[in-house]
Amino acid sequence: MVDLRTEIAGVRLRNPTMLASGFLDETGGSLVRVYRAGAGAVVTKSIGPEPREGYSNPTIVELDAGLLNAVGLPNPGIAAFEAELLEALAAKAVVIGSVYGKDAAEYAKVAGRMAEAGAAAIEMNLSCPHAKGLGTEIAQSEDAVQEFTRAVKDAVDVPVFPKLSPNVADIASFALAAERGGADGIVAINTVKAMAIAPELRMPILANRFGGLSGPAIRPIGVRAVYDIYEKVDIPVIGVGGIDSGHAALEYVMAGASAVQIGTALVDQGLAVFERATKEMASLLEDIGFHSVAEAVGAAHG
Amino acid sequence: MARMQVVPLLEIVTESHHTMTYRFRADFGGTAGQFVMVWIPGQDELPMALSYLGPVKGITVHAYGDATRALQSFRPGDRVGVRGPYGNTFKLEGEKVLAVAGGTGMASIIAAVEAFAQQGAAVTTAVGARTAEELLFVDRASASGEVHVSTDDGTRGFHGFVPSLAERLLEKHKFDQVLTCGPEKMMKLVVDAAMKRGLKVQASLERFMKCGIGICDACAFDDRLVCVDGPVFTGAQLAASKDFGAYRRTKDGRRVEL
Repeated sequence: MVDLRTEIAGVRLRNPTMLASGFLDETGGSLVRVYRAGAGAVVTKSIGPEPREGYSNPTIVELDAGLLNAVGLPNPGIAAFEAELLEALAAKAVVIGSVYGKDAAEYAKVAGRMAEAGAAAIEMNLSCPHAKGLGTEIAQSEDAVQEFTRAVKDAVDVPVFPKLSPNVADIASFALAAERGGADGIVAINTVKAMAIAPELRMPILANRFGGLSGPAIRPIGVRAVYDIYEKVDIPVIGVGGIDSGHAALEYVMAGASAVQIGTALVDQGLAVFERATKEMASLLEDIGFHSVAEAVGAAHG
Repeated sequence: MARMQVVPLLEIVTESHHTMTYRFRADFGGTAGQFVMVWIPGQDELPMALSYLGPVKGITVHAYGDATRALQSFRPGDRVGVRGPYGNTFKLEGEKVLAVAGGTGMASIIAAVEAFAQQGAAVTTAVGARTAEELLFVDRASASGEVHVSTDDGTRGFHGFVPSLAERLLEKHKFDQVLTCGPEKMMKLVVDAAMKRGLKVQASLERFMKCGIGICDACAFDDRLVCVDGPVFTGAQLAASKDFGAYRRTKDGRRVEL
């Protein structure tokens, strides 16, 4: 039997799959449902200091190989979200709180409340590619990544995982900056900046014009990013981007990810994707002679 | 994934001063109760029930906000984006069916009334609106069975709210299935009236929606999603619900009283 349990900076998971931020994670009821469906952990929608409605629709475009979105960080604000988080924790879900803010102090404040309410770890959304003043600029500056990570580290006692953007020249240097800021792990990657146009109307479809691409189309970008990051840092990596099967999850694991996050695959496969991907990972690992996920982490590095 | 199709509007019918039906051709199916996401270019994208099924589909829209008011100025040939169909469907079961619609809830109910009648069910429809001018699809419902009408102001038919009319019909006749769509407080009364009599009931719910495909969590309803687990819910599901008739979610995801 393959041992699927994994541990990221002290956060113990029954299996290496997590719900990616931005999917079914704004309400307690949905977080519980996803955890019960088999995710090893669930990451919340990115929560900020105040309620935020997000952008007008269209906020998503369904594509053949993925999903383009510019939802604009809608969330009820940390005060109202606490009740949702508590509902998920009452059902024994392992919850990682995703946070954003306009500056380091806001990140620290939201993260502090999130951790106090019981989140097992903090994911820092440093890289939402489409919300003005809330991520893109931070994700483009190594100094900002280091500074913001440090501020959140100082505010909480739980592990801190900055989530990095692929929309930079060298993502590994940003992972190093996060590590210098005290990060306990790295999440890579966020969505890839992209656009879709309706030729019949001569206009971009998204109300925000551009957004972030997710799904199978970006998997090779994510795998490469994790591979690069794994070579540079000593902290664990959580892989995300286009994972829709156990096979795809193991690409990330062998590139260096200790756990993986699943989001867009929910559109076509529903909640069953967590159990399916987990089983496939176990069976594939067994076929190729591994006894645990931990043993396979980084196996593709020479 | 369901690709958005940008299609010209073929026909636009004024149903009342604030409600219009827009017909378009799209190469996807659709069954009674399902909805499509409709992109009104430059404005918004909104979930709308299919009021006409088949190759030339239709949506019937009450102009209540900027986007739907903008849509009122559209002319045949103007284009909108449509993707779908999404959500579940009214289940076709029962031989004697009572369909109860309030306002633009009739847009979704009429597709079910026609589908049930085609399958051989005896369908009675109770159509409610604020005034006679706002009654929708009374002729279409009449072609599929018996119709009773109510108006809040008494300008036509029963003077009062449609749940009271439904209550009367349930007292007088035997039904084995009740369908309803309309404002949630109205549906709550209809669902309670059916459940009280041990009748099967299905209600089509409306919630603020962004994606329509089960990922954004904006339309969360208890631990379900209106977009993929609904919009049609059974009486048993609604009886067990904390949210039905009581709570909704705001655009920023906060849970507030209806």
